Amino acid sequence: MTRLQNAFSKPHAAFVAFITAGDGDTAANLDALVEGGADVIELGMPFTDPMADGPAIQAANLRSLGAGTTTADVLQIAYDFRTRHPDVPLVLMGYANPMIRRGPEWFAEAAKNSGVDGVICVDIPPEEDDALGPALRAEGISPIRLATPTTDAKRLPQVLEGSSGFLYYVSVAGVTGLQQAAAGSIEEAVAALKAATDLPVAVGFGVREPAQAAAIAKHADGVVVGSAFVDLVGEHGAKAPAKLKELTAAMVDAIKAV
Amino acid sequence: MAGLEAETRLRHAQPERIFVLNDLPNTFRNQPDERGHFGDFGGRYVAETLMPLILELEREYRAAQQDPAFQAEFDGLMEHYVGRPSPMYYAERLTEELRKDAEPGMGAQVWFKRDELNHTGAHKINNCIGQILLAIRMGKTRIIAETGAGQHGVATATVCARFGLPCVIYMGAEDVARQSPNVFRMKLLGAQVIPVTSGGATLKDAMNEGLRDWVANVHDTFYIIGTAAGPHPYPEMVRNFQSVIGTEARAQLLSRTGRLPDLLIACIGGGSNALGLFHPFLDDPEVKMLGVEAAGHGLDGDEHAASLLGGAPGVLHGNKTYLLQDEDGQITEGHSISAGLDYPGIGPEHAWLKDTGRVEYTAVTDDEALEGFQLLCRTEGIIPALEPSHALAAVAKRAPQMREDEIICMNLCGRGDKDIFTVAEKLGVEM
Ligand SMILES: Cc1ncc(COP(=O)(O)O)c(C=O)c1O
Repeated sequence: MTRLQNAFSKPHAAFVAFITAGDGDTAANLDALVEGGADVIELGMPFTDPMADGPAIQAANLRSLGAGTTTADVLQIAYDFRTRHPDVPLVLMGYANPMIRRGPEWFAEAAKNSGVDGVICVDIPPEEDDALGPALRAEGISPIRLATPTTDAKRLPQVLEGSSGFLYYVSVAGVTGLQQAAAGSIEEAVAALKAATDLPVAVGFGVREPAQAAAIAKHADGVVVGSAFVDLVGEHGAKAPAKLKELTAAMVDAIKAV
Repeated sequence: MAGLEAETRLRHAQPERIFVLNDLPNTFRNQPDERGHFGDFGGRYVAETLMPLILELEREYRAAQQDPAFQAEFDGLMEHYVGRPSPMYYAERLTEELRKDAEPGMGAQVWFKRDELNHTGAHKINNCIGQILLAIRMGKTRIIAETGAGQHGVATATVCARFGLPCVIYMGAEDVARQSPNVFRMKLLGAQVIPVTSGGATLKDAMNEGLRDWVANVHDTFYIIGTAAGPHPYPEMVRNFQSVIGTEARAQLLSRTGRLPDLLIACIGGGSNALGLFHPFLDDPEVKMLGVEAAGHGLDGDEHAASLLGGAPGVLHGNKTYLLQDEDGQITEGHSISAGLDYPGIGPEHAWLKDTGRVEYTAVTDDEALEGFQLLCRTEGIIPALEPSHALAAVAKRAPQMREDEIICMNLCGRGDKDIFTVAEKLGVEM
C-alpha cells in the first residue's frame, strides 16, 4: 500500500491539512499538524499569482515569497518532513509555472527525491496534462485532479483519466477560503463522484469549523482544510504550532465521532 | 507591377532570410490547432471550475462565426457606432522629417492606420463589441473585465452601457491612482470600478481578480478579456475581432498605393492591436512585420515590459507564453511609461510568430517613446497614446534605413488624451 492509500484506509475519513511552504516556521507548523492527527499534508508552493485562491492563501503566498522562499526551499521543507515523518503522505499543491519552470521532468524527479507522494496543480486541467502529468507518472508521483460543481458527468471520466492518489472535490465554484457549500449538495456530488471512480474523494474549500468537517466526513473519504490554518499562521507567527495542533485535533475528533 | 516589385525586394533580401522562409509552414493563418495551441504556446491552463465554461465559450464562438446575423450585427456596429473603417493616412510631413537624416534615395513612406479615431479612442472597442455580442448570445447578464491604463475598461464600460448590462471593472489600485480620468469615464458610463490591492496592484493583479470573480460567478458572468491572451479561445477570438484593422488596411493600401506595404509596425502590450494589423498579411511573404515591446528603462535591467525579448516561456493567466519571471517561475513586475504595455506576458500567437521567425520583435525605451510622441504631435498634428508612441519610435529608426519607394504601415492604435498628464510630468511641465 502506498502512503496515500494507507491514509484513506483508516476507519474514519482522512483529515487533509494545508499550509503554505515558507510561511512562518513551516517545519514546526507541519509537525503540529501531524501531532494534532492530520492524515495527509498538503504543502502549498508559493506563487506570485495564485488566481484560484482567496485573500487568506493569497496573503500566505505573499508572506512566504516576501521572506525569500525559493523552489529549493520548498523541496527542502518536503525532504526534511519526509525524514521526520516517514509514513505521513505529503502532497505538493500549487500553480503550473513554478512547477514547470525547469522542465516537468526536473520537477517530478526533485519532488520524488524529496519524498513527495502527489501533486495538485491548480491550473493544469486534463486538457493540458502533457505539461506535467507524464513526468509525474514516470516518477510514480500521483497527479491529483480537482473536480468542481461545474464538472458534469460527461466530463468526469476525462478528469479521472491519468489521475491517482485521491480525487479532490472543490465543493464551491469559487476561490479558496470564502464560502461554504450546503451539506446537501456535497452529499449528492460525492455520491456521483464515487459512482464514477474507486479513488477516495476528499472534499474541501470553505471548511473552517469541526462541525463542517464532521458533516462532510459522513459522505466523503477525506476533508481538506486550508485557509483556516493559514489564517492561524498569519495571526500567531512563531506561536502558531500550538494553535494549529489544537484546531487539527478538534477537526480530527469531530471526524472520528462520525 | 506589384509582382515585379515584390521580386525586386526578394532579391534585395538576405539569403538566410529566404532560406528561413522556405522552411516555414505554408500558411501562418490557420493557428491555433483545435486545442488552442500555437505551436508550443497557448492552450487552456485554467482551474477545473472554469474549464467547462471555456469549452462552452468555444462552442458558442464557433456557432457565432458561422452565423451571418452575428457577423452582420458586428459589421453594423463597427460602421455606425465605432466609426469604421478607420482612415488610412499618408503621414507626409513625418515622412519628410525622417528623410532629413537619411541617405539620398532613402526614407520610407509612413502610413498610419488610424484606429485612434475610433469611438473611445483606441482599437480596444473592436474586441469589446465582438465579445459583448457573444455574451448576449450566450445569455450572460453580467460583464467583468480587467484594465491597466483604463482603455479596455472604458471600452468595456461603453459597450455595457450601449447594451444595458451591469459592468464590473477590476483595476490595480496603483493604476486607479495613475489613471484617474479613465476611472471617472468608466464611472460615468455606469461601471463599478474595483481597485485591486493584491500583489503589485497593477494589470496582472487585476487579471487575477477578474479570474477569481469569474470562477465564483460562472453561471451568469462573461469575462471580456482585453487582449489576445488568456485561455483558448480568447487569443484566437480577440485576434479575429481585431483583424478588422488589418483587413481594412490591406484593402486600403492596395487601392491607394497599388501594392502591399513592405513593413508593418505595431506596439505590443498583450498583442491585440499588433495581431489585428498583422494577421491578414501573414501569408504575404513580401510584407515584413515588426512588433514593438516596451523596454522601459532599458532591457539590460529589470525595469521593462518586454516579455518576448526579456522573458522566458511559462504559464500564466490561462496560457503558455513568454513571461517576465525569475528562475523559480515567479512572475516579476513589468515597467513601462505606458500603463497599456505594462504587462508581464504576451499573447501566445506572438510567442509562436517569434519562434517561427515570421515576425521580428524589438523594444523601445520610455525616453524613445516620449520622443516619438512629441515627433508626431509636431509633424502631423496628432497626439498619440503612449502605447503607439513606442511604434512611432521604431518607425523613426527603420524608415531612414528603407528606400524612398518602400512603404511602412503603422498601427496608430490609440490617441493620447489619456496620457497628457504623464507626459507633462515626464517633461517637467506643471499643469
Ligand atoms: C492605445 C493602446 N494601444 C495598445 C495597448 C496594448 O494592448 P495590445 O497589445 O493588446 O494592443 C493598449 C492597452 O491598454 C492601448 O490602450
